[in-house]
Amino acid sequence: MNQHGAAPPPTYALARFGQIVELGHAAPLRLDSGVEFGPFPIAYRTFGTLNAERSNAILVCHALTLDQHVIGTHPVTGNPGWWDAVVGPGKPLDTDRFFVICPNVLGGCMGSAGPNQIDPNTGEVYAAAFPVVTISDMVRAQVMLLEHLGIPDLFCVIGGSMGGMQVLQWAASYPDRVFAAIPIAAAARHSAQNIAFHEVGRQAIMADPDWRNGEYLRHGVIPRQGLAVARMMAHITYLSETALAQKFGRNLQDRLRLSFGFDADFQVESYLRHQGASFVERFDANSYLYITRAMDYFDLAADAGGELWRAFVGTRSRFCVISFDSDWLFPTAESRTIVHALNAVAANVSFVEIETDAGHDAFLLNVPEFHAALRGFLRGAAEHRGLAAG
Amino acid sequence: MTDPATPLVSARSVPRLMPGAGAPPLRRDLRLVADLIVAGSRVLDVGCGDGALLDYLEHHKGVDARGVEISQSGVQACVSQGLSVVQGDADTDLTDYPSAAFDYVILSNTLQTVRRPKRVLEELVRIGRHAIVSFPNLGHWRVRLELLARGRAPRTRVLNAPWYETANIHLCTFRDFDILCRDVGITVVRRISVSHAGDPASIFARGPLANLLGEMGVFLLRRGQSPAREGVRRRDRR
Repeated sequence: MNQHGAAPPPTYALARFGQIVELGHAAPLRLDSGVEFGPFPIAYRTFGTLNAERSNAILVCHALTLDQHVIGTHPVTGNPGWWDAVVGPGKPLDTDRFFVICPNVLGGCMGSAGPNQIDPNTGEVYAAAFPVVTISDMVRAQVMLLEHLGIPDLFCVIGGSMGGMQVLQWAASYPDRVFAAIPIAAAARHSAQNIAFHEVGRQAIMADPDWRNGEYLRHGVIPRQGLAVARMMAHITYLSETALAQKFGRNLQDRLRLSFGFDADFQVESYLRHQGASFVERFDANSYLYITRAMDYFDLAADAGGELWRAFVGTRSRFCVISFDSDWLFPTAESRTIVHALNAVAANVSFVEIETDAGHDAFLLNVPEFHAALRGFLRGAAEHRGLAAG
Repeated sequence: MTDPATPLVSARSVPRLMPGAGAPPLRRDLRLVADLIVAGSRVLDVGCGDGALLDYLEHHKGVDARGVEISQSGVQACVSQGLSVVQGDADTDLTDYPSAAFDYVILSNTLQTVRRPKRVLEELVRIGRHAIVSFPNLGHWRVRLELLARGRAPRTRVLNAPWYETANIHLCTFRDFDILCRDVGITVVRRISVSHAGDPASIFARGPLANLLGEMGVFLLRRGQSPAREGVRRRDRR
């Protein structure tokens, strides 16, 4: 099967996608756009064991281009899991102690309903006919998954970047089902600058002649160039100037002098080209359009009548807000805005800004202070939840 | 905003907490503050440092304990211990909290370091039903003697940094503090004079000579004039 080909029936793709469940048979999911959606598949993976009280479940919400393969070798890329440093036995999200669930988001391209799948109503690939989804829609689909799994409430919901947006949406929409919430490198609304970056990425994809108004799968092509350029630009925003300077400086790539042409003279150019090219092999271009749109539409305060604190009135969840000082995509000021809103309702909140050069991507990397904060917060929360010590 | 009468302690969480293993005994000045706090109350410690007081309150007095700390290392230490602490600045970050959100708001040995102590003080008694404030007494006889005898900016065992390096930018005497409290409508419920090490001061430092003999003061405050004082004022107006 071609990864950009027609969606497989849910039963024979387990190795690639993990578990798949068809949700919305009883009642469809009503999307923010007004569309009644479903039945639809959600692919997910779980790690660890649910305890008898069903009180140790942690929902991991993934970021824009990540997926449910949190730990272990990725079935498509062969790379280690994106959160191998954080999730596993003895790790901050200790799978000897907690039951970790990670679903692929609605609109994604790793087994959950998305634009690269067959629309059961037409028998054709959705492509541009896939409905626009929001962060809130993604969360509602996760709620349906948890109901399917028989998990009444979450010990913790955690995620970085877009995952952090989902965490905030969970805490605002389902406060009684969230004991602890950890939004990392996140924001309560997508900033104008970030919408601008996303728009450039989308325009790069849509300007590729192979995009074909979104119908590229039907024509057996992929908008490779457009998607690669979108990824190259986005990748810069995930790093910091310091990190780029340390990693590459002005070093030349496999040459002793400038070529006086437009080859990848500099290592940083070569690196970005590689990032773009490998991304095309694992991610669907239309999915990229839909998920970036979902992030752009996210504005928790607007949904709460214009004032963010209103989104959290009466919350009893314990919050741990984490930012990174070199992150200029979701800077600390965004996290501080969340903290101020939580303080305004006297919520139980911890907030720590971690010092690192790693930029936005720091939440994926081995940053000991970050992991110590996660571990300590979760230990304290588990104590209050009455979970047995791990 | 939240109704201050509504307990925000989660019904789901029935804390049965064990004290942190191997935790060192609480510093004496912090112990003095802890003893002023009723068990099971809601406390915000502004400038909580490494969280020693918060940890003690949470584990020994069943307090719903929160903290604000300006230093990254302090916040890191607190959060890694499982304490609910936010990175923030007493000068700017207290305005977010709703009124009467806490039973006690603590400001230990910090008031003299903030840019706007009067504003901070008003915020403390707005957010908390009570505030507990401690600071070094500029009226202590050693300070007076330093200035009088040597003609130099006082350096004592409490105020031990040179003038050009000290974080203490708004020092005051006990009497100054009493006058400020009166002017902004704050009642001093209790004042405890302590030595630089946090031991209760001698009997002489508790009475009228406190402003001369007290090295440090711990003040229990609440908003509003005491009824007696208001009575006096009403009579004055007549």
